[in-house]
Amino acid sequence: MPESVLYCSLHDPGTPCPPGYNNNKTVSIWGYGGRMEMTASKFMSMQRALQPDWLQCLSDGDTISGETSRKRAKKSVDRSLSFLDECLRLQEKSPELQGSVMVGVIEGGDVLEERLRSARETAKRTVGGFLLDGFQGQAMAKETKLKLMASVTAELPEDKPRFIHGIGKPDEILEYIERGVDVFESFFPYQVTERGCALSFSYDYNPDPEAAVIKQNGIQDAGKNGTEKDINETSKADPEITSFEIFLKEKRYRDDFGPLVHGCTCYCCQNHSRAYVHHLLVTNELLAGVLLMMHNFQHYFSFFHSIRDALRDDRLDQLKELIFRQAL
Amino acid sequence: MAASLCPVPARQGQTVGPASLTSCLWRSLPDIVSFHRAGSPASCQYDIVNAAELTRSIMELTNCAALEMEKPRGTVMPHTGPELIKQANGLHGFMNWQQNLLTDSGGFQMVSLVELSEVTEEGVRFRSPYDGEEILLTPEKSIEIQNALGSDIMMQLDDVVSSTVTGPRVEEAMYRSIRWLDRCMAANSKPDKQNLFAIIQGGLDPALRTKCLEEMTQRDVPGFAIGGLSGGEAKDHFWRMVTLSTDRLPRGKPRYLMGVGYPTDLVVCVALGCDMFDCVFPTRTARFGSALVPWGSLPVRNKQFAKDFRPIDESCDCPTCRRYSRAFLHALFRSETAAMHLLTVHNIAYQLNLMRSIRESIVEQRFPQFVRDFMRTMYSSQEQYPPWAVEALASVNITLE
Ligand SMILES: [Zn+2]
Ligand SMILES: [Zn+2]
Repeated sequence: MPESVLYCSLHDPGTPCPPGYNNNKTVSIWGYGGRMEMTASKFMSMQRALQPDWLQCLSDGDTISGETSRKRAKKSVDRSLSFLDECLRLQEKSPELQGSVMVGVIEGGDVLEERLRSARETAKRTVGGFLLDGFQGQAMAKETKLKLMASVTAELPEDKPRFIHGIGKPDEILEYIERGVDVFESFFPYQVTERGCALSFSYDYNPDPEAAVIKQNGIQDAGKNGTEKDINETSKADPEITSFEIFLKEKRYRDDFGPLVHGCTCYCCQNHSRAYVHHLLVTNELLAGVLLMMHNFQHYFSFFHSIRDALRDDRLDQLKELIFRQAL
Repeated sequence: MAASLCPVPARQGQTVGPASLTSCLWRSLPDIVSFHRAGSPASCQYDIVNAAELTRSIMELTNCAALEMEKPRGTVMPHTGPELIKQANGLHGFMNWQQNLLTDSGGFQMVSLVELSEVTEEGVRFRSPYDGEEILLTPEKSIEIQNALGSDIMMQLDDVVSSTVTGPRVEEAMYRSIRWLDRCMAANSKPDKQNLFAIIQGGLDPALRTKCLEEMTQRDVPGFAIGGLSGGEAKDHFWRMVTLSTDRLPRGKPRYLMGVGYPTDLVVCVALGCDMFDCVFPTRTARFGSALVPWGSLPVRNKQFAKDFRPIDESCDCPTCRRYSRAFLHALFRSETAAMHLLTVHNIAYQLNLMRSIRESIVEQRFPQFVRDFMRTMYSSQEQYPPWAVEALASVNITLE
């Protein structure tokens, strides 16, 4: 895939890692073969082989369990800074990694002073961007997260991108964008696919008549979720299902010959019906996931397209209003 | 390490991962399940690959396992229902599949896979795997469903017994299949649009098969299937039953050998006079991590391929071989279903390519030489040739030097 930018993250945002394994010298990483203890030099020699365009620096992000003490938060910042210094030093000595951009990791759990210290110290180093780590999961209250986020990004230089992992719901995306985050990853559409759902929310904030129809469709669908007839099916559904998606395993899609989303130009919507995808899901065919992934990626990436347009046209408020209306 | 360090795996990156990558791959295999008349009167007129399996992997083909009634969980009746398919303008409309489709009667699946099924003169009685409801599948009901599905080729409901069963049950099943064929033909409401194939039964008993052939070839059906084989019987019995059947089938109508097969079996059975095949092997073996190649198979999950940067088969121009190495597929197989899709694409391409090459060699009148080349590439030495294959080929005057 020579045409794509390669970003190498430390962990897979789709699967959380067990806490309690990191120490001063190593960070544990979970792969197919189980746990691996990663030192800075081992980590960097691996990066020399991978040669990514962007790489997340080795860091101690073991603070998302919710019971982070001030002491543990401080430790995560100290360790991550020393990993960063070591990795930058090794990068300088590696001819293979001269084209790679190091992404510094900001830690500190939910302790504001530590977060600020982490941001200020990391910004002093020669990094090309920042990863705001430790905001994934449910442990930290949403309000706390957003407050921390705003304070942290205020400390960072304007001209370097800020990354975040594990934030994917459309309404959350907009909240984090408002607080200065630039780059997200796509674990969310992946999870939506895994639970047999199709993204169906409207992101078209343009009030032209055609778009209004699409919007209506989306909202109608959301409203239909949980009608009496569906209670049986819905109870079997993943409790994580959000109002931004429709659960295609539900019986009412059995004879719904419309596309997943009206007006969608993805391969699935152009060629297949909700009834067909419903059938594939019910019979556990692998193809269901392939088709859903195509649609969900296209839908999600179009949402980001819409965000960029809204930012450019200074209409983020309209988009936000539209998305938040559907978040209920 | 790959799970976490793997650059932009399927679920990361605002860019793209393998899961979406596949989207661009599927489209490059054009109309595979289509009837290709090769202009040759006898062998290999049709390029039918088991649509169910094909479609599982390739976008254009999309799944029809259910519609093929491959497995009880996929049967049309309990959860999809013929009325639904009718509403969707038939199976072609439901799957958005413009090429030909073949549907099975459902009898084989019920008998082989559903417990508590019972065969009477009336039909096959079984319990729905979904709601436990008792269902009676009669020849008339089977055809009614297949008519609603609108497939291009329908199979008669037959009384299926395992090819390893012997005794009076085989004879009973054979005669019942003939009676059921008559009921199926009478029930077909669209004989001008949908082709109903008869299925030759008779187990491994030459006399019974001959009797069945005698009876069925007197009926005016558009094609014949050879059934009741490929169920674990000795290869020596298998090929003799195939050749016995093809000897007695009319030359102008397609012969469909059900449940075959492995590449060698395909080549040998074409030589014996079969035109159509269906088999889950290429796709099933793909899901287990095995790639089909002219010299056998390549288990890409094996460690030896971890650092092998060549494509699966350098001579293959399928989308998988054009883009990915054995090493990449090896790594991908450790976690992603995308690996199965990529391998399935290759295996289907292999299978179709094999059948295409066979057709071309027949048209160009060099089929015997094709068989010799095929065998030489597939087996490391003549000693490795399966004796039954050598004998079967010799019976139609193809010698392997
Ligand atoms: Zn779509
Ligand atoms: Zn290939």
